[in-house]
Amino acid sequence: MPVKTLTIDGQLITSPAEQTVLDAARLHGIKIPTLCHLDGVSEVGACRLCLVEIAGSNKLAPSCLTAVAEGMAVTTNSPRLQEYRKMIVELLFAERNHVCSVCVANAHCELQDLATAVGMDHVRFEYQFPKLPVDVSHDQFGIDHNRCVMCTRCVRVCDEVEGAHTWDVAGRGHNARVITDLNQPWGDADTCTSCGKCVQACPTGALFRQGATVAEMEKDKQKLAYLVESRARRASK
Amino acid sequence: MPGNHPSGDKRFKLLDAAMKKHQFRADALLEVLHTAQELFGFLQPDLLIYIARQLKLPPSRVYGVATFYHFFSFTPKGEHSCVVCLGTACYVKGAAALQNAVEKELDVKAGQTRSDGKASVSIARCVGACGLAPVAVFDGEVAGGLTAEAAVKRVKGWLEHGSG
Repeated sequence: MPVKTLTIDGQLITSPAEQTVLDAARLHGIKIPTLCHLDGVSEVGACRLCLVEIAGSNKLAPSCLTAVAEGMAVTTNSPRLQEYRKMIVELLFAERNHVCSVCVANAHCELQDLATAVGMDHVRFEYQFPKLPVDVSHDQFGIDHNRCVMCTRCVRVCDEVEGAHTWDVAGRGHNARVITDLNQPWGDADTCTSCGKCVQACPTGALFRQGATVAEMEKDKQKLAYLVESRARRASK
Repeated sequence: MPGNHPSGDKRFKLLDAAMKKHQFRADALLEVLHTAQELFGFLQPDLLIYIARQLKLPPSRVYGVATFYHFFSFTPKGEHSCVVCLGTACYVKGAAALQNAVEKELDVKAGQTRSDGKASVSIARCVGACGLAPVAVFDGEVAGGLTAEAAVKRVKGWLEHGSG
């Protein structure tokens, strides 16, 4: 197996050639914040929280999509990166209606954890307060677009793990939304198998199990990684 | 499977031919959507579902791609159309006033169609005729060096006797 040697935050690391900087860092206990990354599905590099500095390049690189290279020197936590990450989280909060105190995912929310981790104490940007719908037409689950951060984890898990591809992104820019089938109510989307993987994949309270009230919606993303791993193991037998 | 739409609408035959030309490949979705919009004027849900089935694509993907591009329309277009160019050159030459005047005369906002279906107004980023700025396209015909009065005169005719 070809191996690359690189330094991450001054720590000398050997890593298999096909690994990403994010994987290599995590394997060695270096924490890089992520949001759109989900173990078991493909990377899109959309959230920009995992940006790192690579010596010799002016551009910041998303560590989830950057392969390790020989002699690479990576910095994961410079003041510049900290400032950018904080700003990204603030922008996410300002874009839709993230009101933790009345959210099903309160205390189990990746966005909330990120805000704590980057030390966000206020939002410098004007809140948009968009008027967004909540769809509870499905008999088990619901989607609250007010809480959605457009990480597209539900879209990828539905396509890659469940194979149904009920979810996708419609519209563009500010008007982009995750949709089911032809932008119809979730309950009418006949490609949906009601497997609930999207609910487990969602980092916030946007996708939830019906009947869950404030702070009751705990997600188990390990389940998805486990599912993908055991399938791969069976396939290689 | 390649097959005709049960409605027997001839336009579906042409759409089938376009899909066949691309061997029903999923990555020809954009070309097929273009053809569909040309044939039907706008994309209604059952048309999108038909395309999704034929290309073996999830409906959400087809809808997602179609809504990403401003080119595609999901509501029927009016009998007449007025496209006001808001490119830099036209904008400097007063395209915003042009747009306001047309919107006011037709009583409809850009991107929408009058409720009586007589006319729709839309905006374009640049129609590529900057030398003629400000430019508007009336029913596919480019008109340059426009004033608000001239534009209003053009669209007024549509409401009165239904022909431009």
